Amino acid sequence: MMASSYSAKDEDGHITVSGPGGGTLRNKKPENTAFKQQRLPAWQPILTAGTVLPAFFIIGLIFIPIGIGLYVTSNNIKEFEIDYTGDDASSPCYNCAKNFSWNNTKSCTCTIPFQLDQPYESNVFMYYGLSNFYQNHRRYVKSRDDSQLNGNIDSLKKPSKECEPYASIDNKPIAPCGAIANSMFNDTLKLFYNDPNGTSVPIPLTSTGIAWWTDKHVKFRNPVGTNSNLTAVFQGTMKPVNWHRPVYELDTDPENNGFINEDFIVWMRTAALPTFRKLYRIIQKKNNMAPTLPRGNYTLVVDYNYPVRSFEGRKRMILSTISWMGGKNPFLGIAYITVGSVCFFLGVVLLVIHHKYGNRNNSANISN
Amino acid sequence: HKEPPPGAEAYIPQRYPDNRIVSSKYTFWNFIPKNLFEQFRRIANFYFLVIFLVQLIIDTPTSPVTSGLPLFFVITVTAIKQGYEDWLRHKADCSINECPVDVVQQGKVVRTQSHKLRVGDIVVVKEDETFPCDLILLSSSRPDGTCYVTTTSLDGESSHKTYYAIPDTMAFRTEQEVDSLHATIECEQPQPDLYKFVGRINIYKDKEEPVARPLGAENLLLRGATLKNTQHIYAVAVYTGMETKMALNYQSKSQKRSAVEKSMNAFLIVYLCILISKAVINTVLKYAWQWSPDRDEPWYNHRTEHERQRHVVIRAFTDFLAFMVLFNYIIPVSMYVTVEMQKFLGSYFISWDEEMFDEELGEGAQVNTSDLNEELGQVEYVFTDKTGTLTENNMEFIECCVDGNVYIPHAICNGQILSAASSIDMIDASPGGYRRDLFFRALCLCHTVQVKEEETVDGIKKGIHQGRPTSFYISSSPDEVALVEGMKRLGYTYLRLKDNYMEILNKDDEIERFELLHVLNFDSVRRRMSVIVKSSSGDYLLFCKGADSSIFPRVVSGKVEQVKARVEQNAVEGLRTLCVAYRRLSQSEYQEACHYLMEAKLALQDREQRLAQAYDIIERNFVLLGATAVEDRLQEKAADTIESLHKAGMKVWVLTGDKMETAAATCYASKLFRRTTQILELTKKRTEEQSLHDVLFELNRTVLRQLCDALEIFLEICRNCSAVLCCRMAPLQKAQIVKLIKASKEHPITLAIGDGANDVSMILEAHVGIGIMGKEGRQAARNSDYAIPKFKHLKKMLLVHGHYYYIRIAELVQYFFYKNVCFIFPQFLYQFFCGFSQQPLYDTAYLTLYNISFTSLPILLYSLVEQHVSMDTLKREPSLYRDIAKNSLLRWPVFLYWTCLGVFDAVVFFFGAYFLFDNTTFTSNGQMFGNWTFGTLIFTVLVFTVTLKLALDTHHWTWINHFVIWGSLLFYVIFSLLWGGIIWPFLNYQRMYYVFMQMLSSGPAWLSIILLITVSLLPDVIKKVLCRAMCPTATERAQSTRPCLTVEPSTIFMLSQSSSRMSF
Repeated sequence: MMASSYSAKDEDGHITVSGPGGGTLRNKKPENTAFKQQRLPAWQPILTAGTVLPAFFIIGLIFIPIGIGLYVTSNNIKEFEIDYTGDDASSPCYNCAKNFSWNNTKSCTCTIPFQLDQPYESNVFMYYGLSNFYQNHRRYVKSRDDSQLNGNIDSLKKPSKECEPYASIDNKPIAPCGAIANSMFNDTLKLFYNDPNGTSVPIPLTSTGIAWWTDKHVKFRNPVGTNSNLTAVFQGTMKPVNWHRPVYELDTDPENNGFINEDFIVWMRTAALPTFRKLYRIIQKKNNMAPTLPRGNYTLVVDYNYPVRSFEGRKRMILSTISWMGGKNPFLGIAYITVGSVCFFLGVVLLVIHHKYGNRNNSANISN
Repeated sequence: HKEPPPGAEAYIPQRYPDNRIVSSKYTFWNFIPKNLFEQFRRIANFYFLVIFLVQLIIDTPTSPVTSGLPLFFVITVTAIKQGYEDWLRHKADCSINECPVDVVQQGKVVRTQSHKLRVGDIVVVKEDETFPCDLILLSSSRPDGTCYVTTTSLDGESSHKTYYAIPDTMAFRTEQEVDSLHATIECEQPQPDLYKFVGRINIYKDKEEPVARPLGAENLLLRGATLKNTQHIYAVAVYTGMETKMALNYQSKSQKRSAVEKSMNAFLIVYLCILISKAVINTVLKYAWQWSPDRDEPWYNHRTEHERQRHVVIRAFTDFLAFMVLFNYIIPVSMYVTVEMQKFLGSYFISWDEEMFDEELGEGAQVNTSDLNEELGQVEYVFTDKTGTLTENNMEFIECCVDGNVYIPHAICNGQILSAASSIDMIDASPGGYRRDLFFRALCLCHTVQVKEEETVDGIKKGIHQGRPTSFYISSSPDEVALVEGMKRLGYTYLRLKDNYMEILNKDDEIERFELLHVLNFDSVRRRMSVIVKSSSGDYLLFCKGADSSIFPRVVSGKVEQVKARVEQNAVEGLRTLCVAYRRLSQSEYQEACHYLMEAKLALQDREQRLAQAYDIIERNFVLLGATAVEDRLQEKAADTIESLHKAGMKVWVLTGDKMETAAATCYASKLFRRTTQILELTKKRTEEQSLHDVLFELNRTVLRQLCDALEIFLEICRNCSAVLCCRMAPLQKAQIVKLIKASKEHPITLAIGDGANDVSMILEAHVGIGIMGKEGRQAARNSDYAIPKFKHLKKMLLVHGHYYYIRIAELVQYFFYKNVCFIFPQFLYQFFCGFSQQPLYDTAYLTLYNISFTSLPILLYSLVEQHVSMDTLKREPSLYRDIAKNSLLRWPVFLYWTCLGVFDAVVFFFGAYFLFDNTTFTSNGQMFGNWTFGTLIFTVLVFTVTLKLALDTHHWTWINHFVIWGSLLFYVIFSLLWGGIIWPFLNYQRMYYVFMQMLSSGPAWLSIILLITVSLLPDVIKKVLCRAMCPTATERAQSTRPCLTVEPSTIFMLSQSSSRMSF
């Protein structure tokens, strides 16, 4: 502001300098345009009890049904959650959790039986959930190299320094580099349906369609070398320290291997909050008649590779059906109902006020 | 021919600058460093520079771009503005420095460029040319060695002033003659006072003693003035370039800062404290939380070796800085540039205002400072000058009184109320008398009026038609013109001044000639002027006219009592009175007087003082002749304006140099005083005519010495009075009164308005200084912050423009803080959920662009075009001004309300998104969203809420508001689609890729955005509606009753409506 005023003064001075020229500046009648005279046509709304009243009622009338709809939808969603962390001695995974060591090459397996009380009709989504895991820690979030993941050969050989200290081992670049990739969730979860007749039927789990389409097809790409063989392309890079297998052996399917492995892509999308879940598998509906997961007994078989006890974390497996509004979350419905009722209530209050004070104001104006 | 003769005096050679005018601040080369330096001297810019540097040096959560880009933007905008202004100045300088000038060299006229002039060059200036530098007049084409000059562009006075050549050189006619001149000029160092010059010229003639002549301001032609009515002149340059008086007058004045700016800075300090405490809290919590190593460095998230080795104190400090950087957006970087642009652009509405345009002057309002726009809405005390401000300063001769007999000119004898006691005589009927004729002659002779015999003369036009070519009387004082004209109507016509003889056409149509010997000029300290003339009969006569207070003490005989009674009566009626006296000088007395005058005029030092002494000796022992009365009419709508100001809760003080009776009469006429009001008079009757200022002045002095409480009592009384009139004020005393009120304990905002040079000190002293482009020159207008053509324009200036600017800027400031709280507080909350790791919630692009593009234009345009009440309502109901008095929209409770609203909204955004994201999915394909979607959801709600909040506050929806508000929301959406729609090749991260679109593909995201926006806006709407219904302010009542009231003055309203429609 100081500067502006200073120059304004100077400008004034400058008019004086021009001397005779200053005379021409005179006799300049300001233009009579609506803008310059600040008389642009305008809509002048005022928020009074009278004008706001209908809005409140309308909001109330719209929000309450929406809320009820959401709430009902959310309640209709079936969700089953099982904690298999194993920090409790009674838990089937207690031993695996206790004996965990980074050096174990053989993974520890534990089986957890559970029961579904209701049949799950449509597609069922299987999630794994982690608690107290700070995927949103700043050091963690930035510890990745997007251009490496996009298939850039230079970045493959020379990862960004953001990946430190997970960028290289013995001067050999890590692919994929960074803390996120390094800590990829590597428990294997399998589901078995225990038939009433005693046999245990494995349930087919689809591992594609769990990542965003754009991530899988655009954002993540395998580096394209001279030959199409992934192993050759990743030649000269190291696997992340905590991984058991290199990145080109994540899956046998070439469309789901390397950087475009969907489990990997899902993991790479860092969660917003320290308690989160990630989509693991989809159980497709087989045919129109039978439910996807009939009610009965099931077994969850876990290859226990992922340690969470050190940071007091928890691991969960979640089965959930999905509606148009996603998974089970009563929040939105309750919030809509609450806000709608509050608006309706306020509308009534305002109506009273409007009647009481509005009349008084009007009479006051008349007396004026 | 300029060197002094050897051994004249100790002469220190001086370096004179060339005649180049430099008004520009920068050159091409130093623009960038100098401009940057000046910009970073401002605290806000420096703060952001420091933040930027911190981001560059340490590892911070956000990239340096986020603060570097807005800073760069702000700096660039300001630099472009300043650079453009400087370029204009360069161009102006250039055209001036290169304009052609004729110089006499070796007896020939040579044409050269202005900037090549040097001190000592002899310059030829032709009619209507502007003087290229300060010159001493040597000779003129007029035989009497005079020339006429207008100084319109210097001080705005359009009257012609006479300048005199040195008598020894005035005979020079040709270049050769001028070139043969051998002389030295001694003069004082250059100084900015336009009306003062002291020097001496020594002219050397062959083998003779040098002749010394005094040089005064009447010999000095100032740069910038224009030669008129004179074919050409020869003059010698004395001051050139930046040493000319005009250039020395460039210096800008001290800064005035508005109350809004002060509260803005106070708010900033509060926010700075909030920022620091946030950073400290987070740093402490971070280390408390990280106490266990598994939290600090879980297996999945190790530090680098380098980081691990750092000392914990350094790490903590770095963390603190990183939090500061993360939260630094709470200090709104773009607020300063927005405020600056708002003020700069907004001030155009004042100069564009057609209603403040005066047809007669051909000028509208002028804005000299845009810094104080909003201060116009905060004025509590108005200090106004009387003459020329409340009154027209358009004098009309009413009557004169000689020895108790009253004479009224024919033309205006139309039933004035005169006291029955005085005899009313027409000039024809009155008995002749020597004293009476002497009185008329005195008025015809004792003045500095010039006669212009031209068809068109700019400036004050006073036509007199005599069958001969129309002639005009021109003078710098309108009183004199009125008097001389009045005399003409009474039968004595002043014809002209020719060869030092003044010619008068008396009532018998005979021409009387008086030789003009000396003029003892008017000054405001003496308050009188005199002339010494020699009549055709050889008598030396001294005529003097002046204020009664300065004449009566010097009178020895005459009918003092009658004249005094008449003078007082006239003063009560609001007329300006002057007394006329004379003295007959003997030959010896005359010689003595001449001697005194010459001695004083020749003095190099203290000339003013010695002249004053000489005048004092000469002007005494008068014989009183009579008194004159001149009416100064009130300006149109002055009374209406003052009434409105009163209704608006302002206290109006009149500060005038006039007599108490005259001033009081004006006050009654202008409804400042009413017949019914009780008037407290504070006068000191010890000596005659001493009034208010003496008391005040004495109080002032005692207070300075010992903390006497008399001053406070006086202030207390004055503050409780609705109107105060202070008479007999000298210019400096006016400023002192303003200062006194300014310094009183409530620190009220003062406004001073005046038109003359005597008001300048008061205009400079007050918070807001308004100049009236009046007849007494442009000095007041040039020194003011705003200049208006007429007093009545003050009403619109304060009640409409001031009111608008205040509510606009108040909303601007509060809104800026609000939107940045909304912006940053969720980020603060997020730290509790990300292990205090300084993880930013929003993407870099959003952090960067939030303030500079997503939310900047709506508020800027709002603050330019908002009209919460229509202009006509504001003008009709001045009491609405009280609603914004005492900075009411920027008080702490209001500020607290906005901040709380911001915090509430931020909490709603954050926890709304938190519960939506809480451990579940909200897509229909079961896929999960990450932290960037979380941030984007909050950011989307934020941008919409903040923009819609402004929309709710907008009372005046023009197409501009619609365009900007919906446009910026649309821009946000388009930008987000684009930003997430492409893999940006130059970025090393693609975190935002398709985040926005994925979010929009989810139904619950839409629903929650709508819900959260509704919830955030709800409390503000309820507060507004309830406040309006329960305890509406006058403004709110005016808003809602607008439709009813417009019915009554429907014709006027419709007219303005239809006219605006048509122009649109």
